[in-house]
Amino acid sequence: MGNTLFDKVWDQHVVVPETDDTPAVLYIDLHLIHEVTSPQAFTVLRERGLPVARPDRTLATMDHSTPTTPVRSLADIQVVGPAAAQQIEQMQKNCREFGVSLRDFDSNERGIVHIIGPELGATQPGKTIVCGDSHTSTHGAFGALAFGIGTTEVGHVLATQCLLQRRPKTMAINVTGELGRGVSAKDLVLAIIGEIGVDGGTGHVLEYRGPAIEQLDMAGRMTVCNMSIEAGARAGMIAPDDVTFEYLKGRLHAPQGSDFGRAVEHWRKLKSDEDAVFDREVVIDASQLAPMVTFGTNPGMVTAVDAALPAAPGDGSWDRALEYMQLEPGKPIAGTPVDVVFVGSCTNARLPDLEATAKVLKGRRVADGVRMMIVPGSQAIKAEAEQRGLHEIFSAAGAEWRESGCSMCLGMNGDTVDSGKLAVSTSNRNFEGRQGIGARTVLASPITAAASAVTGEITDPRQFLGEHA
Amino acid sequence: MQPFKTLDATTVVLPTTDVDTDQIIPARFLTTTTREGLGEHLFADWRFDANGDPDPSFELNDPANTHATVLVAGRNFGCGSSREHAPWALLDYGFRAIISSEIADIFFSNSLKNGLLPIRVADDILAVLLEGPHRVTIDLENQQLSVFDADDRILESTFPIDRFSRYCLLEGIDPMGYLLGQKAAIEGFESARTPIRSE
Repeated sequence: MGNTLFDKVWDQHVVVPETDDTPAVLYIDLHLIHEVTSPQAFTVLRERGLPVARPDRTLATMDHSTPTTPVRSLADIQVVGPAAAQQIEQMQKNCREFGVSLRDFDSNERGIVHIIGPELGATQPGKTIVCGDSHTSTHGAFGALAFGIGTTEVGHVLATQCLLQRRPKTMAINVTGELGRGVSAKDLVLAIIGEIGVDGGTGHVLEYRGPAIEQLDMAGRMTVCNMSIEAGARAGMIAPDDVTFEYLKGRLHAPQGSDFGRAVEHWRKLKSDEDAVFDREVVIDASQLAPMVTFGTNPGMVTAVDAALPAAPGDGSWDRALEYMQLEPGKPIAGTPVDVVFVGSCTNARLPDLEATAKVLKGRRVADGVRMMIVPGSQAIKAEAEQRGLHEIFSAAGAEWRESGCSMCLGMNGDTVDSGKLAVSTSNRNFEGRQGIGARTVLASPITAAASAVTGEITDPRQFLGEHA
Repeated sequence: MQPFKTLDATTVVLPTTDVDTDQIIPARFLTTTTREGLGEHLFADWRFDANGDPDPSFELNDPANTHATVLVAGRNFGCGSSREHAPWALLDYGFRAIISSEIADIFFSNSLKNGLLPIRVADDILAVLLEGPHRVTIDLENQQLSVFDADDRILESTFPIDRFSRYCLLEGIDPMGYLLGQKAAIEGFESARTPIRSE
């Protein structure tokens, strides 16, 4: 019996094999840290008098509680409030004291942790990557084994570069067919979560495969892997191929020169063997999908944008979700008035996401009464978008164009949606109050978000695409 | 952390399914740099109304449930964000164990590392527990859960838990010490690896 992609990466990182009595000691190649889930871990290191074992394998940035307005001096940080500002200062102090290089406000490498890892070429096929953040699954798009951990485990990795882990199960998500016009990676992953459910992946590492996955660019693959956690999965992976290698070539931390060719030779072996067996397999037909939106308060409550909302008689949690969202079963979700549109987050704030948004907004205006906020995933993406003139399209349309960060995805930095308001967001979670107390979130792709901003109501974006789109 | 050996306690029932960690502790309270004091904000947006007053319809606010230290929740408790602030808040509020038919992976792992016992039970056992509140006894050493209605034991069940996690909970230790003890193996692994680069 052959090995899966997951098996291959896992097996290469086992320092001490697991037994009935003890979990495996798993080596971690890359540890990403940010200001929210690391301070208590650094405190443990201080209490125990421990150093950071491998600062060279630790990539630090600030993204969650940071302002999306420009920071030119310490005073500019205060807009996020005293607690968040103190957390930022603590991160600067921790990195300074433990010799970890921090992508600070003066760094053009700063950005959302799951955006900059790939952007800097630090995310590579076959690596084990962890972070105190559940969307670490994003990096699996490169054929890495990447998963979110808690703060206690952040401490373990800082101190030892290892984690104690039991081997998870595997699940293949076979995506056949081709995505239709106006149907993106975001729509695909929302459909997958709708299919397997928000706990369908619990205990499993997902591997997305099949023609529809192979046809995605790296941004699309990252969008898909990013939301693996929304199906409850430990991680999501995609086997690396020429698209992956082309993306990595020449990036700062990628192997350079002739080393790159040698790395590619190794990376090509990172795919599931023909006779590999998964614990579970699911098939999704991409050609049957329409643009998708969520209608409830978890990412599994999802529907085609042109369909009527389903009903679930007798399910109290379902009724509660629809009541919160102020939506009714049996009625179409398209046409529902929108107050806020957010394009951003580790799910959909990469250059192709911004280009797709700009394509819809070009020559159009955000509807009266709608606030549209566009937050690039990193400072590098911001610079590149501006070089291409995207910011001018956004401004002309009446949208706000910000500095990079997690921003309105979780509203930690003061970028929030007011109570009762409905936001169409390209982020990853529509939980109650996620974007602000009482805020109602509808998750969607960048073009669905942009189309909804223009009409002022939840809109099927396909009507906005030109003939050649 | 506080060792977990046995517990004789009453339950509070939160029947909602898919309770995410954003509900357990909303993101605006994550700006803290310590672990302490989060119980005050546990389930903040469900416990309190817009004026900050307790919402009498929320299960934790029922005076009958004040002394409950075991939370029985609908399927898939703790999904979403990896924030360890969720078990910190539950513990700080006074909870010692969580019982559901499915508990999300990262929350499960985080709970174990803080002395909060997560117990996964079969659907039919959860169905009984959701009828509560009940008195329950938990014996971690023997992985036994008993449910009582008045003085009658109405249910007895074993629950699964990884042996290593059980040991850490019984002793009240974080596995950091065990990992630090693997130093030689880790260094051996690092030096034996063939780096993917030229000489």
